[in-house]
Amino acid sequence: MSWKDEARAGLNDIWPAALAAVPIGLLFGALAAGKGLSPLEVFLMSVLVFAGGAQFAAVELWASPAPIFALVFSTALINARHILMSASIAPKLKGFSKAQIFGGLYYMADENWALAEKRARSHPVTPAYWFAMVVPFVLGWLTTSTTGAIIGAALGDPKRYGADFAFTALFIALTAAFWKGRVTAWTVAAAGIASALAYKLAGPPWHVLAGALCGLAAAWIAAGDLAETPVESPAE
Amino acid sequence: MSLDPINLAAFLGMALVTYLTRIAGLALVGRLNLSARAQAAFDAIPPAVLIAVIAPSALATGWPETVAALVCGLAAMRLPLLGVVAVGVATVVALRMVA
Repeated sequence: MSWKDEARAGLNDIWPAALAAVPIGLLFGALAAGKGLSPLEVFLMSVLVFAGGAQFAAVELWASPAPIFALVFSTALINARHILMSASIAPKLKGFSKAQIFGGLYYMADENWALAEKRARSHPVTPAYWFAMVVPFVLGWLTTSTTGAIIGAALGDPKRYGADFAFTALFIALTAAFWKGRVTAWTVAAAGIASALAYKLAGPPWHVLAGALCGLAAAWIAAGDLAETPVESPAE
Repeated sequence: MSLDPINLAAFLGMALVTYLTRIAGLALVGRLNLSARAQAAFDAIPPAVLIAVIAPSALATGWPETVAALVCGLAAMRLPLLGVVAVGVATVVALRMVA
């Protein structure tokens, strides 16, 4: 495939996710404005951090003056999943220069990472594909979050339009793309229950870590009968 | 347009830890010699992460959200990404009117 075809494939894959992220970005900007952040500050947070879940949690924690330690700690916990995500996607990035890897991963988010993982199941993930997917997604998040901060309160309660649920629906749809039968069913059940429990008992941001780790543990256990020839004897 | 220096420091701290998590995985690549079982756990990273992020919204908010999440799960077997989002949002709006 030429780089143009690769770029077109990237755009084709990202646009539904980018569209679903529009109300999320507006909502984020409006919430941040409600905590006293200026549109310029919202723009800077989005361009520097670019992590939806962590940014929502940060706005939840925001106070004046900013509690820097709590904000950085919460961000690190929520984004700890990126360590596993980058370890998983990095070997599938084909033909990337060092600069393209280190630049490209700066804006790795759940959506573009999940789409790249999906792409990797049938095609090599090329730089043209990756950047065609990432650039519009980043521009969309910058535009919508800043716009949300400007129009802020004028949007009204986003719950009335169900906009707050778009994120949840999108992630469920993305999960279906990774379905591999029984092992995935156990993974989803364990991750969902552990995350919801941790959210109730310990509060955010612990639910992300608890859910992800329990999901992996469930996959490990459920896949037990797959390992006829155990290469390494598991200590657990 | 105001920019508070303490806020800027917070953004930079958040950006730094986020970027570190995004490149930390590079250090793991090639060091993992995975058994079939560990490979299955590794393959489970995408669904485990996605579900862990949204579980509170789906399971710990109220019954309309939980039912809408189940509807999304069913819709996801048939519909493309945006179709699932449309069905999910429409369902949650309708159920919230009843709730």
